[in-house]
Amino acid sequence: MSAPLTTAQDTVPLAAAVASEHRTLIISLFAVFVLATLAITVWAGRQTKDATDFYAGGRSFTGFQNGLAISGDYMSAASFLGIAGAIALVGYDGFLYSIGFLVAWLVALLLVAEPLRNSGRFTMADVLAFRLKQRPVRTAAGTSTIVVSIFYLLAQMVGAGALVSLLLGVTGDGPKRLIVALVGIVMVLYVTIGGMKGTTWVQIIKAVLLILGTLLITILVLNKFNWNVSSLLGAAAEKSGQGSKFLEPGLKYGVDSTSKINFISLGLALVLGTAGLPHILVRFYTVPTAKAARKSVNWAIGIIGVFYLMTIALGFGAAALVGAAKITAVDKSGNTAAPQLAEAVGGGAGSTWGAILLAVISAVAFATILAVVAGLTLASSASFAHDLWANVIRKGETTEKNEVVVAKIAAVVIGAVAIVLGMYATKLNAAALVALAFAVAASANLPTILYSLYWKGFKTQGATWSIYGGLISAVVLVVFSPVVSGSPEALFSGSDFHWFPLTNPGIVSIPLGFVLGWLGTVLSREEADIEKYKELEVRALTGAGAH
Amino acid sequence: MDSAPPSSTSSTSSPPTPASYSEVEASTEFGQLRRSYRNFTFPVTVAFIAWYLLYVVLSSYADSFMGTKIVGNINVAFVLGLAQFVTTFLIAWLYSRYANAKLDPGAAALKSRLEEAE
Repeated sequence: MSAPLTTAQDTVPLAAAVASEHRTLIISLFAVFVLATLAITVWAGRQTKDATDFYAGGRSFTGFQNGLAISGDYMSAASFLGIAGAIALVGYDGFLYSIGFLVAWLVALLLVAEPLRNSGRFTMADVLAFRLKQRPVRTAAGTSTIVVSIFYLLAQMVGAGALVSLLLGVTGDGPKRLIVALVGIVMVLYVTIGGMKGTTWVQIIKAVLLILGTLLITILVLNKFNWNVSSLLGAAAEKSGQGSKFLEPGLKYGVDSTSKINFISLGLALVLGTAGLPHILVRFYTVPTAKAARKSVNWAIGIIGVFYLMTIALGFGAAALVGAAKITAVDKSGNTAAPQLAEAVGGGAGSTWGAILLAVISAVAFATILAVVAGLTLASSASFAHDLWANVIRKGETTEKNEVVVAKIAAVVIGAVAIVLGMYATKLNAAALVALAFAVAASANLPTILYSLYWKGFKTQGATWSIYGGLISAVVLVVFSPVVSGSPEALFSGSDFHWFPLTNPGIVSIPLGFVLGWLGTVLSREEADIEKYKELEVRALTGAGAH
Repeated sequence: MDSAPPSSTSSTSSPPTPASYSEVEASTEFGQLRRSYRNFTFPVTVAFIAWYLLYVVLSSYADSFMGTKIVGNINVAFVLGLAQFVTTFLIAWLYSRYANAKLDPGAAALKSRLEEAE
């Protein structure tokens, strides 16, 4: 994020390096979470006997449980650390993330969740490949699943890195890598031992902790302003030095016509991305029926909606009570605003309650990151094993037992990738990074999901063109955007090879994905399998023959 | 049982044959179910996406309107943002009510017809 905030750096001493006894408290709290969740994981692992248990938690969760687990999967470091930071630094413009991330759930609720639950089995590709040629479609969908998940993983690891900087001091490169490696190892243990059952319980516990932690901070913030939102906003505007501009759209995105298009591009990616996120889609398989899938989305909308409303208090609270200067001194893109706010509402640096709240919120943030990373790893390793290995490489000539073994090996490899990414994670805002994963998901996955479910004449070539076209265009545009080079916050801030002006590719790559799906279909000479589409349609709407 | 991914052939418990799927697909009851489903979800999807994009475009291009203060420091932008939350909750609730009343009974009847077809 190119936040227009360069005033801070020289005036404020580094607020990092929390006193060591407070560090002990944070580590203890986090250790309790890790040990408790690992115990549950081992218990869940004992109950995991076949592939349905491993991939789909035995389809035995209730709508409410899955609603909590979806919330746990969805409220990532981006939502908690990223949005709070974005609002704290650029005011109202940061709030777009909260709105887009929530409204997006309606696409999943109305068009995707129930038919997907009825017609698929373990992965997103099950539905896409239902009536098309298995191998090309599964190869494409498996590839895009893994790419989307890695973008998402990167955002989580950036959040972890920012937390470590806050807690251990900005210079602690060695300890930072050690902690990132530990997070990666615990996450791999969750996935390989507990499968979907264990991971789902981890999400549920984390969702409850995150909601309670956020609620506590929100109450403390509002209490400081006598429960008057207007005075909270007023204080945030005053402290920001921007006056009422801070409360209006445009501080970050209203600068010129490019940044205005950038805002629309981001808005599109947010609202269309959710229903194409593989790690969210596989959650619908953990419940027994489409009706339960609908209930779980409704619970998720309620829980996530309340959480995003509280980001107003977190973000503007951090702007008012901590201030942009102190936040950017620790993390330039604001990822540490929420824990810093916790310390401030507890009584400030040096006070006992400040330290305790900082410890609690930091531990919750670590738990959040750990759980989301586990969900991503499970979804991508499942897709590798079920789509790429079993159905493409082995052409279906394998057993489900072997498939699960391959999934576990894949989880270890993806875990290693996550650890390496985390060690070299950049200084970008976690919400902005996750928005890239949303853009890739909306461009590569959503068109094919919708065409598969609702277009009788859709063909294999349409699916592969759409998935690869959306995927490649989104990724290439990111590589040549100011996110990767040519800006101070870029991944390679030292060089400049960018030619695409927008930081989010959605406005180009999403329409491209839809157009290519249509073009590939009308130019294809293959006969559409109408009989198979009729079967898909009936199964999707009635639940007959559902797994 | 995993060689052919989720097709009727990979199911274990007496799967309905493809013929019965196309019979059901051609039935008036199924046509009605599909119409009921699409008559709700398609227009509502268009509506909420248009409403959301209107909000995004206003945020980009109508700064002074969005900055108009209503009460204290609460401006139009803030209220419209909260309105997006309200409409999202409302649509989710309306859809569930509609699905419970209009979609689930028809779907269940067709499902049992298919699963007893053999």
